[in-house]
Amino acid sequence: MASQVQSEGQEAGAGIDPMHQFEVHSLYDLPTIMGIDTSFTNASLWMVLAVGSIMLLMALTARTTSIVPGRMQSLGELAYGFIAGMVKQNVGNEGMKYFPFIFTLFMFILFCNMLGMLPYSYTVTSHLIVTFALAASVFILVTAVGFMKHGIGFLKLFVPSGIPAVLLPLLVVIELISYLTRPVSLSVRLFGNMMAGHTMLKIFGGFVVGLSSAGLIPLAIAPFALMVAFTGLELLIAGLQAYVFTVLTCIYLNEAIHMDH
Amino acid sequence: MEAEAAKYIGAGIACIALAGAGMAIGNIFGSFLAGALRNPSAAQSQFPNLLLGFALAEATGLFGLIIALILLFVV
Repeated sequence: MASQVQSEGQEAGAGIDPMHQFEVHSLYDLPTIMGIDTSFTNASLWMVLAVGSIMLLMALTARTTSIVPGRMQSLGELAYGFIAGMVKQNVGNEGMKYFPFIFTLFMFILFCNMLGMLPYSYTVTSHLIVTFALAASVFILVTAVGFMKHGIGFLKLFVPSGIPAVLLPLLVVIELISYLTRPVSLSVRLFGNMMAGHTMLKIFGGFVVGLSSAGLIPLAIAPFALMVAFTGLELLIAGLQAYVFTVLTCIYLNEAIHMDH
Repeated sequence: MEAEAAKYIGAGIACIALAGAGMAIGNIFGSFLAGALRNPSAAQSQFPNLLLGFALAEATGLFGLIIALILLFVV
């Protein structure tokens, strides 16, 4: 089914298949170990590039440290201050213990999203399994922190206070379901935004290419202008989704640490 | 009805979720503007909440899109 759509898209001449950009293909074949294909794919390449550029940025910003920061140093301090402020505001000072995790999460998602905005690149976060792995690690951390801090009392999170006893069984079930769907909603939000945005960019790009190759260049100006605007919007979304993922992680962590809601 | 046709109709219906997301996003920005014009000095501090609300509302529409994609490519 998917390959049929792809061949139709390629027959159309302009090579317009909005889903082609999400295909994972192997760049360097490696053996299959215990049923897991360990080949180095384009997804692995862009993940390595994201991590590499984060490390490069952090190494450059921390190379020469002075009390009055230079341009590079203030860039690093900006990133640190932004996340530190978010953690302090949402979780409080106890949350600073988890700052390295949250900072890594934010930078990784931000760089994956931003590198995906480069032409001909590949967006790692447009795959559900990647975002689900990130969300699952957050979910496991939050649950573990909750049980370690409050013991079995963490289960009180699912029992809202000040509720008539008749409604209680129903509400406990609802609270439990809403807690368990957190990793799903967290991952689908990031994945959906990235995939929908990139598909939309490709479709509008296809309009521009199709119209101008048909000799209708004056008509192609409108989708081209729209394309520029959407690219700006996508850059905003790329930053925003990294921010939202991190803020929600902070909010969940706060609930597990303080348990007053 | 053929199963293939039903799949496409279902995918189309799933996109109705965007109507709710559109109303929600309009409501969020409208309410923010109304509040910000009444008290401009407090507007800046609520800007992160605005973005958070926007992203949360937008995501609900995208869940509909996911259903459409599952119907088209997975089922």
